[in-house]
Amino acid sequence: MNIRKDSGSLKWILIGICAVFLTVMLILPLVYVLITAFEKGIHVFGTAVSDEYAVKAIFLTLKVTVITLIFNTIFGIFAAWCITRFQFRGKKVISTLIDLPLTVSPIIAGLIYVLTFGRQSALYPFLKSVGINIIFAVPGIVLATIFVTFPFVSREIIPVLTAQGTDEEEAAALMGAGGFTIFREITFPHIKWALLYGIVLCSARAMGEFGAVSVLSGHLRGKTNTMPLYIELLYQGYDFTGAFAVSAILVLMAVVILILRSKLEKKGKKEVD
Amino acid sequence: MKNRKRKTARVIPGFGLSLGITITMLGLIVIIPLCSLVIFSSQLSFQSFISTVTRPRVLCSYAVSFQTAFVAALIDAVMGIILAWVLVRYRFPGKEIMNGIIELPFALPTAVAGIALTHLTTTNGWVGSIFHRFGIRIAYTRVGITVALVFIGIPFVVRAVLEKIDIQYEEAAHVLGANSRQTIFKVIFPEILPALISGFTMSFARGLGEYGSVVFIAGNTPYETEIAPLMIMSELQEYDYASATSIALVMLLTAFMILFVNAVLQSRTSKIVSGIA
Repeated sequence: MNIRKDSGSLKWILIGICAVFLTVMLILPLVYVLITAFEKGIHVFGTAVSDEYAVKAIFLTLKVTVITLIFNTIFGIFAAWCITRFQFRGKKVISTLIDLPLTVSPIIAGLIYVLTFGRQSALYPFLKSVGINIIFAVPGIVLATIFVTFPFVSREIIPVLTAQGTDEEEAAALMGAGGFTIFREITFPHIKWALLYGIVLCSARAMGEFGAVSVLSGHLRGKTNTMPLYIELLYQGYDFTGAFAVSAILVLMAVVILILRSKLEKKGKKEVD
Repeated sequence: MKNRKRKTARVIPGFGLSLGITITMLGLIVIIPLCSLVIFSSQLSFQSFISTVTRPRVLCSYAVSFQTAFVAALIDAVMGIILAWVLVRYRFPGKEIMNGIIELPFALPTAVAGIALTHLTTTNGWVGSIFHRFGIRIAYTRVGITVALVFIGIPFVVRAVLEKIDIQYEEAAHVLGANSRQTIFKVIFPEILPALISGFTMSFARGLGEYGSVVFIAGNTPYETEIAPLMIMSELQEYDYASATSIALVMLLTAFMILFVNAVLQSRTSKIVSGIA
């Protein structure tokens, strides 16, 4: 049956090129972070990550990530339902707008929020009179993070729902099932792995977002510094051990995410088969 | 046909609710901020806009961003094809790991990637010291920026091309008597070309806007290694919103143009494949 005629040597040359490329470009940076973080001993690593400001940065990052996830998951499910289950005018415009944050530079994402809520904005006097700080405060960081990860969940669900078609839901609706029942019993089982995958991707990006958050954060130690910003601060202060120690936490998180991803992908494929 | 579609809209419940929630959230996060960008830019005078974006330092930053992102996207396209090819066609030990690790740039925060790549490629870093012997400096040069952008962009190409390489077509071509050169240029290449173009476009567009990984490795020397997003950032830090917005508008227009060209190419190349044109 084997009619592929590639000679064995070509195969191994190509595999070799890939292996070298991936090792140098992707694996080496990972290994380097871990080695530098632990090279002065686990004790030094421990002090670096249990520093008062490091702990505050970790908690702020977690808080921002959780809020972002809740918001984007709700949005992702409703947007996907709306786009794949109904025909209406302006659908193209909506789906273009949903994907827009993917093509906007994170710095520009930060900029548009500064223009919306900053001092020169028409909203500023109102916000000030109510006493809400958005720019250079935690709400700004949350908004920027939601913006850059906005399409992550819906983009994973929409292809699955499109492929599945609307027949099952229509049948259920004709037999008298309510909206929530249809979603729980029919739609959700189809999309659960795609949804989880979207959530995983979204949390990875939310924890690691740097550019947009950097524009909107006031860079106040212990108040508006997320983990990536805290790493920048340490790095610019030539505290490389500290910077790599905090980075190591994010590296471990990335590895967990990659493992989860391949598990979820396999489960999703099995379900389809 | 149209009639049936209309009926569908009525059968499944939740149209009003889901559309309402979608538009509200979209409005809060995307539409209102974009409108404020439009309103703010309309207040800029055309003269000051032009004088801002033609400042030599700004022009240099556009050139640096464009050049490095383009070269990086080219490298990603070539490596992306090879990686996707190897992953689809061959069985070998470690394939699972290779498949998983490709998405690392999506999972690893850009700032972490930035500092790790910088330390590896300085003149006394693990990789940089080897290149330094040949007189090549990576960190704090445009080469370094390109390296960071290759890292960021590689999964876009691999992801796009991976699904399009299908052994069936090759086998069919072979059975029908095509030689291997014909198979590659007449069967495989046209099939993956649209995906390759959109992967290239995505990694190019992402490279133009990338900030986190680049600021560390670039060194940020004016006229040499300053990227356009960094120019926006430094204007923002001086609270010069008008200049920041002007520089950003040029970048946004460039990004939209790249996407538009991609859309045009997509419709053309897919016509070639399906034989309509």
